[in-house]
Amino acid sequence: MTLRAYRWELRKLVSQKRTFLGLGAVLVIPLVFVFAIAVNPPREEGGQFFFRYVAETGWAVPLILLVFSSIWFFPLVTALVAGDIVAAEDQNRTLKTILTRSTTRTSLFVAKVLAAFSYALLALLVFGLTATVAGGLVSGFGNLPTFTSVISPHRAAVLVAGSFAVYAVPILAIAAIGLLLSTLSKNSAGAVVGTLMVSLTMQLTRIIPGLDGDGVQRLMLVRQLNAWQGLFRDPIDWSPIVHAFWVSAIYGAVALVVAWLHFIRRDVLV
Amino acid sequence: MTQPAVEARALRKEYGNRVAVSDVDLTVHPGDVFGYLGPNGAGKTTSLRMMLGLIQPTAGSVRLFGRDPQDDPVRALDGVAGFVEDPTFYPYLSGRANLELLSALDGGVDRERIVEVLEIVELWSRAADRVRGYSHGMRQRLGIAAALLRRPKLLLLDEPTTGLDPGGMRDMRELVRALAGEGITVLLSSHLMVEVEALCNRLAVIQTGRIRFEGGLDELLGRSDSRYRLETTDQARALEVCRAAAGVHDLAQENGQIRFAGDRADAASLSIELGRSGVGIHALVPEGASLEDLFFQLTEGGAE
Repeated sequence: MTLRAYRWELRKLVSQKRTFLGLGAVLVIPLVFVFAIAVNPPREEGGQFFFRYVAETGWAVPLILLVFSSIWFFPLVTALVAGDIVAAEDQNRTLKTILTRSTTRTSLFVAKVLAAFSYALLALLVFGLTATVAGGLVSGFGNLPTFTSVISPHRAAVLVAGSFAVYAVPILAIAAIGLLLSTLSKNSAGAVVGTLMVSLTMQLTRIIPGLDGDGVQRLMLVRQLNAWQGLFRDPIDWSPIVHAFWVSAIYGAVALVVAWLHFIRRDVLV
Repeated sequence: MTQPAVEARALRKEYGNRVAVSDVDLTVHPGDVFGYLGPNGAGKTTSLRMMLGLIQPTAGSVRLFGRDPQDDPVRALDGVAGFVEDPTFYPYLSGRANLELLSALDGGVDRERIVEVLEIVELWSRAADRVRGYSHGMRQRLGIAAALLRRPKLLLLDEPTTGLDPGGMRDMRELVRALAGEGITVLLSSHLMVEVEALCNRLAVIQTGRIRFEGGLDELLGRSDSRYRLETTDQARALEVCRAAAGVHDLAQENGQIRFAGDRADAASLSIELGRSGVGIHALVPEGASLEDLFFQLTEGGAE
């Protein structure tokens, strides 16, 4: 039953404009970025590490986009669906329609989690592929300078794919927070904005005295969005990646369990 | 012995300090068309939500064919379908796609059945259109179609004719009557006495969360005396005869007409008395809408 419910959650996503708003954005942003660097190539000194190389090799394009999109863009894309997927049922007043069939609340909840995760992963895939292909077309697929060495195009391809896979882990935790807010707030706009606020607030703690220490910052979910950079050390530094996995798993699991408990016990009054 | 289709016992729901439903006892037997009658805000929808497992009772229990929807909603609702307030659907999907979704959630899309139910509610021609563009009446009918998809033994319908035009109300009542004729047990909430009188064999009257009456329609109608209107050749004399007549009570005179309460036998004896007293009768008419009167007697008898 969960699988059937999941398929229908996907079909509902495909039938809604907001899904394509997010997917459109992840398609357009890399193209705009690549167009900008083609018109006005960056100078080598200063700026973010990979930014210096975007005109030299297309492999740097998806990586620098990961750096930039961590601040608010990708959390927003993720929240667009995760924050809506339960609240929309409240706003369309359709919970009573689906909860009186032969599928349990738990199955429906799991289907929604899987659908929100699927969308986030698809968006990330589209983002990565568009950035890589567009970057390669403009700047070629040459060697990629890393923090410690210069790597071959072949190795760069593997590491770029790996970066997106590592990046996906905290993104799924953000999706779980979006689902939690969606379940609790019953308000789609509130949950989308709320998820973004959670993400931005965590970024903000970096400049708040007392919270800016590494001990606290290590536990911030948004910091885990940079863990993939460990892949570009030589030898590969797995420790931030393993750490990111645990921190994301804890945030994600707590959010999902609280959301699930609320969903299966709540009174459906709309 | 067969299980009751619906059995509510001491069912209670509080929202904060407000008591929405208080100690509701209610039994719907298989085959009944049961009217759940009460003014708006009396607690009908809240009761139905508890029956459908959408909200948790504060106290008491409800069982559908012996199963508690709180313990195991999927099994308890097996063979049960219906809606509370108005039926709702995904506005961005077609009527047909909405039914496919619900059919999938019931255990697998049954395309043949979807066509059948769309034909029963006469929505087949609009099935491919998005629900966004449906009128209220079409959504009500799609709601019935969604319920019938499950081939239910028990239908729980919350004010199914509310908001429909007179033609739509008539069609909806005919549909409910036809479904009941096929042996489906129906619990139908309504604030319209005529609807319950026309469709139901048993009923419960609820007001401010409490059940005021539960039983057969005949039982309710026979529970109190009918009212009569009397016009004679000599109203002053007639009034005296009425005062003296056995069984005649609640006597009143207004606009030159006499009104009284009494059973059929009392009215018959009174007519003989009037004749003996030389009073000619122009009219001795039982006043209709007795269920409506009873309803007001029950629901306006003061909140306890």
